[in-house]
Amino acid sequence: MPDSIVDLQNVTKVYTLGSNEIYALNGVNLTIKKGDFVTIMGPSGSGKSTLLNMVGCLDLPSEGIVRINGTDVSTLSDDELTTLRRDNIGFIFQQFNLIQTLTAIENVEMPMIFSRMDAAARRKKALSLFNQSNLEIEYADHRPNELSGGQQQRVAIARALANNPTIILADEPTGNLDTKTGESIMKLLEDLNSKGTTVIVVTHDQRLAEYSNTTIRLQDGEIYHESGEND
Amino acid sequence: MNLVKTISSNMYVELAKRNLKRHTVRTILAAIGIIIGVIAISSMGILGNSLKLSVAGSLGDVGNEIVVYPSYGESVITEKQVDELYKVGDIEYIIPILSNVAKAEYKSESIFTNVYGLEKDGLYQLVELEEGYFLRSGSKDCVIGANLAENLDLKLGSRLTVKDSQFRVVGILKESGFGLALNPDGATFITPEAYKKLYEDVDDGYNLVIVKVKDLDYVETVAGSIEERLNKKEDVVTVLVTGSILKSIDDIFNSISLFLIGIGSISLLVAGVSILNVMLMSTMERTKEIGIMKAVGASRKEILKMFMMEALIIGVAASLIGGVLSFGGGFVVNILILKEASYLFAPSSIMYIVAGVTFGIVTSLAGGMYPAWKASNMRPLDALRYE
Ligand SMILES: Nc1ncnc2c1ncn2[C@@H]1O[C@H](COP(=O)(O)OP(=O)(O)O)[C@@H](O)[C@H]1O
Ligand SMILES: [Mg+2]
Repeated sequence: MPDSIVDLQNVTKVYTLGSNEIYALNGVNLTIKKGDFVTIMGPSGSGKSTLLNMVGCLDLPSEGIVRINGTDVSTLSDDELTTLRRDNIGFIFQQFNLIQTLTAIENVEMPMIFSRMDAAARRKKALSLFNQSNLEIEYADHRPNELSGGQQQRVAIARALANNPTIILADEPTGNLDTKTGESIMKLLEDLNSKGTTVIVVTHDQRLAEYSNTTIRLQDGEIYHESGEND
Repeated sequence: MNLVKTISSNMYVELAKRNLKRHTVRTILAAIGIIIGVIAISSMGILGNSLKLSVAGSLGDVGNEIVVYPSYGESVITEKQVDELYKVGDIEYIIPILSNVAKAEYKSESIFTNVYGLEKDGLYQLVELEEGYFLRSGSKDCVIGANLAENLDLKLGSRLTVKDSQFRVVGILKESGFGLALNPDGATFITPEAYKKLYEDVDDGYNLVIVKVKDLDYVETVAGSIEERLNKKEDVVTVLVTGSILKSIDDIFNSISLFLIGIGSISLLVAGVSILNVMLMSTMERTKEIGIMKAVGASRKEILKMFMMEALIIGVAASLIGGVLSFGGGFVVNILILKEASYLFAPSSIMYIVAGVTFGIVTSLAGGMYPAWKASNMRPLDALRYE
C-alpha cells in the first residue's frame, strides 16, 4: 500500500506490573492512508493512548511492526525517532502540555528552534500559525497560565503545526474543554485535514467522531470495530 | 510584529535564566555555596602565596652561589684547600672569608655582631654600600651592616670597639635581608689582616669560602667537581648550593599553598554537591516538561544543553562574584595571619583568584552533568506520564 502513512502489523504492547501482565494492545493491525481523519474510541483503559503513542513514536511495541511513511521505527535510534517526530508528527494533548516558562508564541516557536529555523523566519511562521489557530496576537506574550483552556489548546495546535507535520495526533484534545470550545477545536482539526494533513484523534465523545471519515473502536487492547462511514 | 518581543536569540540561555528565576531562593543558595567555595580556594591560595612571598622577601638576594664550609669535625678550610678550589674550572671568583662572633661596643651600648674578615674585592662582590666606601687593605677600617648602624647609632667616622680594638666606620651597607652564606645586616666587615690581629690564637684558615660560577647552568657541576677534588679521602668540606636551598624553600611553601587550597577545595566540593542536588530536584520537577520537549522534537543533546546552561549560568555568575569577594577574603586572612596585605595584589596572588573562579565554574558544570545527562536520557513517554 504505497499511500499508507501509518501501518501497524500485529502490534502488541505488554506492561508487566509485578507478576501481572497487562496487554494494553493485543495484536492490532491498522493502516491509515495519507489525508485520513481517524477517530479512536473506546472505554477508559482500552488502549487508545497506547495506540496513539505507538503511531507517534513515543513508545515502541513489545511485538509487531510500526511503519511511519514506510519506515520501520524499531530500526531507528532514540535521536532518529526524535527527528522523525519533529519533522512529521504534531502532538496535541488533553492537558495542553505547554511549557509554563515560555510565552504562548515561544511555545509555538519551540519545535522550530529544535529544527534550527532562524529567529526571524520562525517568528513569522509562529504569527501565521497564531492566525490560523484563531488566536489573537495580543495573547502572544502571555504565559500559558494566563490563558483560558481553549486558548491554551489553540496554542498547542499552533505548536503542533510548527514544522508542517504530515500527521496530527490528538489525545482527547477536547477532554478539558466545554462543548462549544471543543467543537471549535474539532473544526480546526477538520480544517487542517481538508488541507491534506492526516489527523488521528482519540475521543470519548460520539458526536466528535462525526468529524472523521474513519472510526476505530478499541476494547481490551483489540480493535473490534472499524467503520468508514464517509468513504 | 513589534507587539511581540522577540525571544532572545539564544533560547537556551533565556530558558535557563527563567528556570533559575522560578526558584530564586534555591538558586541563590546554590550560588552562595559556589561563592563561598571560590572565596575559600582563592583566599587560601593567596595566603599561601603571601607567606611564600614574605619569606622570599626577607631572604634577600640569595642567588646561585656555592658556599664551602668545613665539614663537621674540621675547624677551618685551609689555604691549601683554597688553592685546590682554584683548580676547578668555570669559576668566576672565589672569596675566602674569616668569620667569628664578637661583642661590638659604641658609647655606652653593646651588641653581638658577626665579624667577617675578607678582602675589599670580595666584599665588593657580596654587598652593596648605602654610604661611604669599601675597606682599604691594611687599614683598621670597618664596613658595617644597616641594622648594626641603626642599633648602635653609628655614623660614618664613628669609632666602633670590637673585642677591645677600635675600628673606624668607613662604609654602611644597604639593608639586604637574611642571607644563607652571610648575614650582612648585623655584621662588621674588616680586612683579613685586621681580623688575624683580632684573633691571633685561632687556627690558620678560613671559615667559609664563597664560590661564584661563571654560568648559572654550571652551578651543579661545579659543586660536584669541588666535592670530588676536596673530599677525595674523607669529607673535609660541605658544599652548599644556595639556589637549591631557595628552591627547596619554594617547594615547601608550594606544598603549604597546596594544602591550604586543598582545605578550600572541600567547601567547593560541598558546593558542587549542592548544585548536583538542586539540578536533580529541578530535573525531577521538570520531568513532564522534558517529555513534552522530547515529544515535539528536542534531541538528547538539546536537553543536555538546556540543563548544562543552567549550571553554567549559576557557575559563572557565582564564581565571578566569588572572585571579586576573594580580594576581601584574601585581605582578611593576610591581615589576620601575616598582619599585612601588601602581597594581595601580587600577580601570583591574582592567579589564585583566576584559579578559584575557574574551579568554581568547573565544579558547577561537573555538578550539573549528571542531572543533565539524566534529563536527556528520559524516555519521552515516561516523562509525559509523570505528574
Ligand atoms: N506505563 C504503564 N505501566 C503499566 N500499565 C500501563 C502503562 N500505560 C498504560 N498502562 C495500562 O495499559 C492499559 C491501556 O492504557 P491506555 O492506553 O492509557 O488506555 P486509554 O487511553 O484507552 O484510557 C490500561 O490498563 C493501563 O492501565
Ligand atoms: Mg488515554
